[in-house]
Amino acid sequence: MRIGVITFPGSLDDVDAARAVRLAGAEPVSLWHGEHDLKGVDAVVLPGGFSYGDYLRAGAIAARSPLVQDVVAAARTGLPVLGICNGFQVLCEAGLLPGALTRNSHLHFRNRDQGLLVERADTAWTSSYAQGQTIVVPVKNGEGRYVAADADLDRLEGEGRVVVRYVGGNPNGSSRDIAGVTSADGRVVGLMPHPEHAVEELTGPSTDGLGFFTSVLAAVVAA
Amino acid sequence: MSLDTVAVAAEHPDDEQPFAELGLKDDEYARIREILGRRPTTAELAMYSVMWSEHCSYKSSRVHLRRFGDLPKSDALLVGMGENAGVVDVGDGWAVTFKVESHNHPSYVEPYQGAATGVGGIVRDILTMGARPVAVMDSLRFGAADAPDTARVLPGVVAGVGGYGNCLGLPNIGGELLFDDCYIGNPLVNALCVGVMKHADVRLAKAEGAGNKVVLFGARTGGDGIGGVSVLASETFDEHGPAKRPAVQVGDPFTEKLLIEACLEIFAADLVTGIQDLGGAGISCATSELAAAGSGGMAIDLDAVPLRDSTLTPAEILMSESQERMCAIVEPGKVEQFLAVCAKWDVLATVIGEVTDGDRLTIDWHGERIVDVPPRTVALEGPVYERPMSRPADLDALQADTPPSSSADLRADWLAVVASPDGADKTWVTEQYDRYVRGNTVLAQPEDAGVLRIDEQSNRGIALALDGNARYARLDPYTGTQLNLAEAYRNVAVSGARPLAVTNCLNFGSPEEPEVMWQFAEAVRGLADGCRALGLPVTGGNVSLYNQTGGTAINPTPVIGVLGVHADVTRRVPSGWRAAGETVLLLGETRPEFGGSAWAGVVHGHLGGLPPALDLAAEQALAGLMVGLAADGRVSSAHDLADGGLAQALTESALRYGVGARLRLEGDPTAALFAESGARAVVTTSDAPAVRAAAEAAGVPVTELGTTGGEALLLDGLLELPLAELRETWTATLPALFGSPEIAVGTVPAGTVPTS
Repeated sequence: MRIGVITFPGSLDDVDAARAVRLAGAEPVSLWHGEHDLKGVDAVVLPGGFSYGDYLRAGAIAARSPLVQDVVAAARTGLPVLGICNGFQVLCEAGLLPGALTRNSHLHFRNRDQGLLVERADTAWTSSYAQGQTIVVPVKNGEGRYVAADADLDRLEGEGRVVVRYVGGNPNGSSRDIAGVTSADGRVVGLMPHPEHAVEELTGPSTDGLGFFTSVLAAVVAA
Repeated sequence: MSLDTVAVAAEHPDDEQPFAELGLKDDEYARIREILGRRPTTAELAMYSVMWSEHCSYKSSRVHLRRFGDLPKSDALLVGMGENAGVVDVGDGWAVTFKVESHNHPSYVEPYQGAATGVGGIVRDILTMGARPVAVMDSLRFGAADAPDTARVLPGVVAGVGGYGNCLGLPNIGGELLFDDCYIGNPLVNALCVGVMKHADVRLAKAEGAGNKVVLFGARTGGDGIGGVSVLASETFDEHGPAKRPAVQVGDPFTEKLLIEACLEIFAADLVTGIQDLGGAGISCATSELAAAGSGGMAIDLDAVPLRDSTLTPAEILMSESQERMCAIVEPGKVEQFLAVCAKWDVLATVIGEVTDGDRLTIDWHGERIVDVPPRTVALEGPVYERPMSRPADLDALQADTPPSSSADLRADWLAVVASPDGADKTWVTEQYDRYVRGNTVLAQPEDAGVLRIDEQSNRGIALALDGNARYARLDPYTGTQLNLAEAYRNVAVSGARPLAVTNCLNFGSPEEPEVMWQFAEAVRGLADGCRALGLPVTGGNVSLYNQTGGTAINPTPVIGVLGVHADVTRRVPSGWRAAGETVLLLGETRPEFGGSAWAGVVHGHLGGLPPALDLAAEQALAGLMVGLAADGRVSSAHDLADGGLAQALTESALRYGVGARLRLEGDPTAALFAESGARAVVTTSDAPAVRAAAEAAGVPVTELGTTGGEALLLDGLLELPLAELRETWTATLPALFGSPEIAVGTVPAGTVPTS
């Protein structure tokens, strides 16, 4: 099982995502933003960070990089894709996921250990969880406030595409406490919190985040 | 204006030059003329003026800093003072480099950019040694928390430290935030960076091998920060002076992140023979230091330097402090590969000259020679002053003014101490910092020390603490500095790490004032004596002088950093209580010492008397005990006692995970709760007899305080503090001062959810 982790200029949590993949029992494969080469991976993670320095808009430039064009095409045919934080921003900018991430309501960068309610336990990235389970993983962002038009939010809720929701407080003013959403087919997931920072007791607030990475192994085997 | 070349300078030796405006004294200017055998060109004058500034030349401090070099040689020290940062051996072939640097004056002028570029500068110093930067810390001082200017400076500084470090992907693992009236107009922003490498990867800043190319890479050179070194760092602020905003640099952490990755790839492919970052004094500093440390000869074509502003004069290009630039010495055969790595990371790289035979640094502009100097005279042979010193006239009276020693209301005093801006919860600040990135942060703020894993296979790790109590140093700079050393040493040890090496950032007023110079000399003497007693090397440091407005200097603020090693970082000891039913033990001896204490300051507005007695033998015994207890897994928590004494430590340990305790104090309760005697720690354990036995063997006194559990801190016969009330008091202060838009959406601060 080979899971690609994309490095953009300004990616920061790529080493963390690769570690999480490894701890989940898969082989992490480094992917370079500038190459049209997915190296035949079975799934792709877009990690956190500040790709291109967040210039223009967070994720906007990375969304137009050569490799992301390939990711978009592959996702349309079912490649599991996970976007974490900046990766979520990239997926929204690339049109793979609905909505947008804007400046936190309180205007500060905020790093906390965050409670999340898992509302969908049947996506490619969340099948290791139970629906309704509460997990704790770090959240850390300055532009993590999820927004979309009310009608779109209603549609997303109606289609059950909210994957994780903030509980015990909303760290950034996201609409309807939405922390992460999925594509219609459940193969693409984006979230602002950082499951890759909660994979070891020694360094994380919990090991609750590992489930995202073990889930995709099952999804790939099943496919 | 016509170009001032070496030839013109020789022809017109008597032209008047604005050396005084550039910060050079009459005799310094005369010495430059003597060195060159003519007047300097405008460009040379610019170079000498920035390189001979206090900031770059350490001209007032150097005679004192020699004390650190006289310390006994340490086996752990791989690279000592004089390089960009010292390097120590932490075992298994791993080396660690760490250093603190000040960016005080720029942060006052432009808080966000000043603080941000302070982080950027120290990160480049660490990178230059060949290491991957892995974490940052910050030690901050501001004027009174409720002063209007603090509301201007603090939020910007915090956002700048966070903004730059977060964007670089470096976890912030700790630091300090303290307030005092003396820092109004002179906030202190000291940033630490730590980097990790294998022994073989250590790089040095020197230019060797005639014919090797000088490559400038990173950001383009612009007009920011011109004269920052001489204008800002070496002059006292004048209340009525002009705005100096243009002299502060602007940071671009994205470029620095690319620079880091490009450099590490360049190091891995062995493409450089020497490397130097561009910080204060920009190209002047990098070229003269590289040449001076090597064989001496270098020829630079200044026209090749990529510019952001084409109107810059050659002197301005030489002095510019544009951020995110580095300078490397590359063998001709490796230049192509070097440029390719830079291109991969979108880093601009340009060959601007080469190493030459001989011992002159020459710089050409539009085909004319504008600089021709012996580089050692620029970089290494600046002026050295033995400035007059005198013991502050008010010190006897200050030391005779002994503090109160009895509390009229223990409960009220307790709440006042932990609610004071110094004692209060710092989450408002620390949650603006990424603590998790890179996935190796084992402990971070508010722990006593930041702890990092450096090897995922062996679990080898390091611990770092920064401490700088200026109230102690004001009362007695010699002892106070050692107390700061002892506190940082203790903080590292209570985490279970073996203390290994020391760095420092010495923040003082104007060296031209004999009383300040005396404080400085005493602090250096104290640190050197303390390090000798503890057997620790000083690996490097930074001096920041002229921290004063008008005639009022800041309290002497020696910030001391101690690095420790965890052989197995999974054995680290956190400071918070997690479980009920554990025994709470106080290690060490408490004496009624209130001089410079937080209690005296907060409750009585008092600063006087003598600081707590120093007992480095007791500190060593406690540290040895703590390292052993951690390795054997005998304690479940440990918290150093320092500012605010036992009351502060109990508050922090209890509130961390919301576990109270029932305790019984012996002796005078004011001393028990608020005295700041050193060499003490509170530990919790489920095996009290084993801890007692180990303490006895180590010669460390043990007092049983009680048992953890419940939702209050209950002190038999004295007081009861429900944790909810204590938490409310402790956490309200900073949000009330600096804004709390998050109250409506409050969640759990990072690091407070138990891992098991």
